[in-house]
Amino acid sequence: MDLYEHQARQLFEDHGILVPRAEVTDSSKEAREIARRLGGRVVVKAQVKTGGRGKAGGVKLAADPAAAELTARQILGMDIKGHTVGTVMLAQPVDIEAEFYVSYVLDRAAGRFLAIASAEGGMEIEEVAATRPDAVARIPVDPAEGVTSAKAAQIADAARLPAQTVDVLVRLWDVLIREDAVLVEVNPLVRTAQGQILALDGKVTLDDNAQFRQARWGEQESAHDDPLEAAAAEKGLNYVKLDGEVGIIGNGAGLVMSTLDVVAGCGARPANFLDIGGGASAQIMADGLSVILSDPSVKSVFVNVFGGITTCDAVADGIVQALETVQLTKPLVVRLDGNNAARGRAILDDRAHPLVQQATTMDGAAHRAAELANAG
Amino acid sequence: MAIYLSKESKVLVQGMTGGEGMKHTRRMLAAGTDVVGGVNPRKAGQTVDFDDRAVPVFGSVRDGIEATGADVTVVFVPPAFTKAAVVEAADAGIALAVVITEGIPVHDSVAFTTYAKTKGTRIIGPNCPGLITPGQSNAGIIPADITKSGRIGLVSKSGTLTYQLMYELRDIGFSTCVGIGGDPVVGTTHIDCLAAFEADPETELVVMIGEIGGDAEERAAAYIREHVTKPVVGYIAGFTAPEGRTMGHAGAIVSGSSGTAQAKKEALEAAGVRVGGTPTETAQLVLAVLAAEA
Repeated sequence: MDLYEHQARQLFEDHGILVPRAEVTDSSKEAREIARRLGGRVVVKAQVKTGGRGKAGGVKLAADPAAAELTARQILGMDIKGHTVGTVMLAQPVDIEAEFYVSYVLDRAAGRFLAIASAEGGMEIEEVAATRPDAVARIPVDPAEGVTSAKAAQIADAARLPAQTVDVLVRLWDVLIREDAVLVEVNPLVRTAQGQILALDGKVTLDDNAQFRQARWGEQESAHDDPLEAAAAEKGLNYVKLDGEVGIIGNGAGLVMSTLDVVAGCGARPANFLDIGGGASAQIMADGLSVILSDPSVKSVFVNVFGGITTCDAVADGIVQALETVQLTKPLVVRLDGNNAARGRAILDDRAHPLVQQATTMDGAAHRAAELANAG
Repeated sequence: MAIYLSKESKVLVQGMTGGEGMKHTRRMLAAGTDVVGGVNPRKAGQTVDFDDRAVPVFGSVRDGIEATGADVTVVFVPPAFTKAAVVEAADAGIALAVVITEGIPVHDSVAFTTYAKTKGTRIIGPNCPGLITPGQSNAGIIPADITKSGRIGLVSKSGTLTYQLMYELRDIGFSTCVGIGGDPVVGTTHIDCLAAFEADPETELVVMIGEIGGDAEERAAAYIREHVTKPVVGYIAGFTAPEGRTMGHAGAIVSGSSGTAQAKKEALEAAGVRVGGTPTETAQLVLAVLAAEA
């Protein structure tokens, strides 16, 4: 789960990293009040979970509370790369003397975390790495030892950061470990004219798998932007809304991803990703169908199941039971393959629902579902 | 021979007495796996009856190894306890730990995979279906009745895509099928399996299934170019996945320009790997390659 900048800022502050004074609001009127409290002159920053805010006009300096209100009104509701701005953060401006970059990222290939640091902060680190690779230090961190003061000194030294940043590097590692984050990034980390080291902007991604041991995440859990995703999440379904017309249900993440590709290859666009897992019970099938059928852009539905431990006849029984509770409004193409496929197909044939048709192969079923979507 | 797992393998099951552990231990036994014991400190000394076989429960992995000579453990314990279970197994000197558990925090996976390396323990997974050497042994949750023993080696991030390809190629059969798992950090990589299949005399061709996220497939492509002489046929899932959305597996996410299916396909093709557009087309490529070799 990606955090908003203001949530990341809060985590940094909780772990003793200095941050500018700031407050968050969704109201331009309140923005004026906040600006007054912060001393008048403020930076107004759109809170969106995507990069490139500055270039899109989502970060602006306001000279006084009246200007802060006006700027907040302009930024709230703005669309930045498909993200609608719902809140702004107002922060006290800082006199910047130098800008640095520090982060801890997961190095998947090495199976451990990597400290990335550079004395050239403020811009995208990928750009710095591409144009001046020597300016970016990449230091692996041994998970058993973590970032001690000595390790932090090694990182700072390699990146030619001032010695003052060592403390921040240690505390930032603390954020990574104690908050179960998979990414923490401060860009820029600045030295102010007064000589303080401040985290001016940051990005934190928390590990969804660690939710069971992170009680405080409940407060930070952001609602799903998409109403269908919210409805699916309520039913415990692994669902991602996409832009197309063919609803997809399958078992296993890899097979569902593959199903989206095969449908796209047939000239139609998948409407969603939905993995109902190995079990594929009648209840899960019914829940999945009801979410997909409530999507107005869906024109046909493709159920793609490989019968493994849950055999195809069990899956077919599940579909038949689901049809008892869900009013089918769109054609359903079912492909059952694998263990007990013949028995499963016979069960669906016996049910003989007018909107349900079967195909014996994944590619054939995808063609049929695409045809139906394009005809509807 | 096959790789990693054979009929000689003596298998412990950590978490055997839980629901999933019971269900899959029964299936593993039915597939011929030599399951020599379960591990549960609270049920040490008991035995569990599976149809015609009574399987003892040990208080620790070490006790299990001492009593039975076990060299493989299959881990079904819940995510909160998986790290401790794997560390215990590594400390006891197990050769292979197959971690089925899904939903393990990545810091735990980083910790136990790194630790296991220092102890010489190979980890498969986490969040994986395990591995099967058809006709000999099955360590995990792969359905054992899809296919038979044969000459194809398979390595995959995805469970059901593995089953799909096993099914499509069931008449040829497989030496070993390894589900390495869909998490960002896994103990055994595509490259490890490619190296093992290259060295395995029973494997004639390798099927490699990848998906979006990370650069494991690109690395595998570079490895294949340098070190693999056997034919490799590939399949990549996730061409239509949008950027920034996790597609089911914790590791399956396209970030910016990295981790895309297209980049992986191109890297593999540049290394001489034939890549199928669909699972069925991939199976047909395998048949064509085997026919050409014959």
